[in-house]
Amino acid sequence: MAIRILIPTPLRAYTEKKESVLLEGNTVGELLRGLTATYAPLKKHLFDDTGSLRNFVNVYVNDEDIRYLQKEQTQVSEKDTVSIVPSIAGGRS
Amino acid sequence: MRETGGRWSRTDVRLSREEIRRYGRHLILPEVGLEGQMKLKAASVLLVGAGGLGSPLALYLAAAGIGRIGIVDFDVVDESNLQRQVLHSTTDVGRPKLDSARDRIHSINPNVEVELFNTHLNSANALGILGGFDLVADGTDNFPTRYLVNDACVLLKKPNVYGSIFRFEGQVSVFSAPGGPCYRCLYADPPPPGLVPSCAEGGVLGVLPGIIGTIQAAETVKLILGIGEPLIGRLLLFDALTMKTRELKLRRNPDCAICGDHASITELIDYELFCGIAPAAGPEDDENAISAAALKAKLDRGESVFLLDVREPREYEIANLGGHLIPLNDLPRRVHELDSSQDTVVYCHSGMRSGQAVQFLKQLGFRKVKNLLGGIEAWAESIDPAMPRY
Repeated sequence: MAIRILIPTPLRAYTEKKESVLLEGNTVGELLRGLTATYAPLKKHLFDDTGSLRNFVNVYVNDEDIRYLQKEQTQVSEKDTVSIVPSIAGGRS
Repeated sequence: MRETGGRWSRTDVRLSREEIRRYGRHLILPEVGLEGQMKLKAASVLLVGAGGLGSPLALYLAAAGIGRIGIVDFDVVDESNLQRQVLHSTTDVGRPKLDSARDRIHSINPNVEVELFNTHLNSANALGILGGFDLVADGTDNFPTRYLVNDACVLLKKPNVYGSIFRFEGQVSVFSAPGGPCYRCLYADPPPPGLVPSCAEGGVLGVLPGIIGTIQAAETVKLILGIGEPLIGRLLLFDALTMKTRELKLRRNPDCAICGDHASITELIDYELFCGIAPAAGPEDDENAISAAALKAKLDRGESVFLLDVREPREYEIANLGGHLIPLNDLPRRVHELDSSQDTVVYCHSGMRSGQAVQFLKQLGFRKVKNLLGGIEAWAESIDPAMPRY
């Protein structure tokens, strides 16, 4: 059962420019670990040295922030879309 | 905001006959009408930044008849701004952005009162500046100012119409509205410096800030009029490449450091420090860095220096110093192309990526590697003015 993970522009440099990646997994955590196993350089952008999801990267299942679901244990199924939404700063320059 | 929609109603506001003609298309909209137009005239909006996002904000808010527009910026119009900062013209290059912004606003709508703050917004002046306005529209380009604007808006209880862009993608939301979340609820901490590229490094589609800034202008007008459903508690994501929008739910985080139930931040802090940006050391103080002038002197003396260019090939095509090209992302797998015993100077566009490359190479045991301060930009500015800049 493959689930679509949407990759934001700043992180596409680490996913061979792919806008989305299909991966197998039952929870958000499994999917993210699968993603960083496939694209190793992505790991330091998503997780800190202790393996926790970084504070400037949010993960959503459909339109819901996993911090308000079951975090990385949040269950996912085929109909769900997982989005990674990092902070971006641009505007003035 | 419907319940606070009346906060900008003032009885002392009148519309002249000229204004009634000017705003006719608003006045016949039931959602605006004479009353709404007077709310717009009574309202004041502060634009933080007169750049890519600030441009459409200033143009449309002026045209819409906002009574007073404040702008904070300290920059000068540069040719490289013109691709997206439509507030400024070719003839404005070299002028302070505030001056060209004021002229442009007045040429659109002389009824608008423009207040200029020629300064870098900081913890000492933010509350004073923001406090004089009803709403804030955030069009900044860096994390310290984002967090500063957010925290100041939360402390002052001012709605913060937020927009941010990168390459082809933008985010818009309304923070710090009554009961709604703030930027820290979304992102508690900023990324460490260097991990996320800026627009100056990553590039941006010129039309994108036009779209995102215009959405911010629409949200600002809606908040003032108290109509519709503002983006409170919603994050709008826009991708110009796929022309798709998505919307994510945002919640006020009860544990938020500034707007949570037990807020730990009760006054403005040091945002450079918070974002991990150390005070800049003197150029020559840094054993890992070399100035453009010092590099030029080395080369003129005939010293053998290996130049490593860590930009992308299309940047290399625009201008280069004849360096060996290995884009930063390829460096780990192509590091064998380098000789650690050779004096090496790494350069990129402005010195950020090359700084990361130097750190990476040092970790691998390279001892004789330095970062070109200010990148090829600094070289073009101080050594070779004929070099194309981008």
